[in-house]
Amino acid sequence: MKPTVIRGRPWVITDGEGRLIDDIDTDQIYHNAYLAVTDPAEMGRYAFSNLEGWTDFPRRARPGDILFVGENFGAGSSRQHAVDCFLALGIGAIVGRSFGAIYKRNAINSGLPLLELPEMPVGALRELEEVTVDLETGEIRAPDGRVIARARPMPRVALEIYRAGGLLKLTPR
Amino acid sequence: MGRTVIEKIFAAHTADEVAPGRVIWLDLDVRSARDFAGANVVKRFREAYPGERVADPERTFFTFDCNAPANTIAYAQNQQICRRFAREQGIRVYDVDSGIGSHVLMEEGIASPGATVVGTDSHLNILGAVGAFGQGMGDVDIAFAFRHGKTWFEVPHTVKIVLRGRYEYPTTAKDLTLFLVGKLGARGALGKAVEIEGEAVEALDMAGRITLCSMATEMGAISAFLPPSESLRAFVEEATGSRDFSYPIADPDAEYTRILEFDVSGLKPMIAAPPRPDNVHEVAELEGERVDTVFVGSCTNGRYEDIRAVAEILKGRRVAKGVVLKVAPATRRVWGRLLKEGWLEVLYDAGAIIAHAACAGCAQGQIGMTGEGEVQLSTGNRNFPGKQGRGPTYLCSPATAAASALFGVITSPERL
Repeated sequence: MKPTVIRGRPWVITDGEGRLIDDIDTDQIYHNAYLAVTDPAEMGRYAFSNLEGWTDFPRRARPGDILFVGENFGAGSSRQHAVDCFLALGIGAIVGRSFGAIYKRNAINSGLPLLELPEMPVGALRELEEVTVDLETGEIRAPDGRVIARARPMPRVALEIYRAGGLLKLTPR
Repeated sequence: MGRTVIEKIFAAHTADEVAPGRVIWLDLDVRSARDFAGANVVKRFREAYPGERVADPERTFFTFDCNAPANTIAYAQNQQICRRFAREQGIRVYDVDSGIGSHVLMEEGIASPGATVVGTDSHLNILGAVGAFGQGMGDVDIAFAFRHGKTWFEVPHTVKIVLRGRYEYPTTAKDLTLFLVGKLGARGALGKAVEIEGEAVEALDMAGRITLCSMATEMGAISAFLPPSESLRAFVEEATGSRDFSYPIADPDAEYTRILEFDVSGLKPMIAAPPRPDNVHEVAELEGERVDTVFVGSCTNGRYEDIRAVAEILKGRRVAKGVVLKVAPATRRVWGRLLKEGWLEVLYDAGAIIAHAACAGCAQGQIGMTGEGEVQLSTGNRNFPGKQGRGPTYLCSPATAAASALFGVITSPERL
């Protein structure tokens, strides 16, 4: 059974001035120069390969890490690579103010948990070594158990797909 | 309660209750994959469903357009992986000689009014131009759709946009489109369906409908729908070979989450400056900036009418010294018509490079990339950093592209 409470180091994806970067598109997450790669394991090294200030992310990321991102994360093209590159790095969940529509589907279908959190407590998150994210309730907690934010719980179908281990393990009704 | 266009299309393709926010299982009339991500779809399918067949090969297609013909070994390999799978499964391939997949689906009558279509092209919502629901998806989604012929979908809320007034040439459908992208912004319609109406929409020809619907993606929308028109009816009747034209229309009492109104009378030619499609200005504000490369084509502006508009402006003239003009018709059919009517000769005489029908300037490599500092004007739909090379890209109409190619600097076609 897949865990519905995820624990990991928070990465707040901000610019040089500490503000969340909005509208990070799939070309910035996974540059089109590497689109011919079909082995998901190989895609991790190109995560954020075209995002200013974050190109060294693949070297710094550890399995279980949780991303906190701005508005409209994953805008643009339909490339699954932009999800698979994070799965390859073992990213545990992405919490965003909002997501591009296609990106949201791709992540849910691949079993990468996504939570929507319109009000992002950037300052509080940056001070924490670790957070836990509850996919069913949307609660985001500090290591001492304090709830620091409440995201929208994951929708029922999204949880079903996540628990099944991805869309391809499901049979439609 | 009445239904919006997308709710009507969905209700005809599901047994579930259709209401905004509900997740339904949606029957798909057409499932497709391009050369981009097609090989990934095949790989996922083979891993998840070893030895199994696609749900219906007659409704499943490959369309090669991103890198056509392949100019990297990797793309060539991926195309061949798709062809081999297609032979095994009895799936039709619109190969590298066909053109942009979404346009081919419309021209062939495969994407027809009221249909549900998925594929790996993030601009597949362009099919709203013919009143079809088109949705770009990733390879996991498409592998599932190939196997089961259906998918899950959250019914979106619908935003209505009402346009007041009309504009005059040389303001065109692309200028209207950029105007709306600029007004709404990249997430102005995030996750929503959009219905656009008004006199200016009714006046659009088929190419203009395609231009407007294609950039719903750049507003964050799921899809954009327009009221039917005579130009659409003629296009659909030719494509489907049937006079039985029916079209999904919203009920008068349909519920909209927002209704926006814009006055477009006297709208001027518009341009999107780097680094984003919603960084929109009047062309007049940026006039005089040097231009190195001009690209005319793409799913947004690669129709016959778009390229003929450029040829009409350039007839008997030459592009400015130092400017490279690249033209890529959207499909083989468009290419052939331009050739037979002499428009390609006009473009050749004006100094243009005429490329093969495909995505061209929006896909890496096919008609050349830009180097650092190389300023490009494109009739495409995205100018994100790095998408088409190192140089900055501006998005504009075919008329603005032609005027700027003539003078070597950003030029409003009002000056012609």
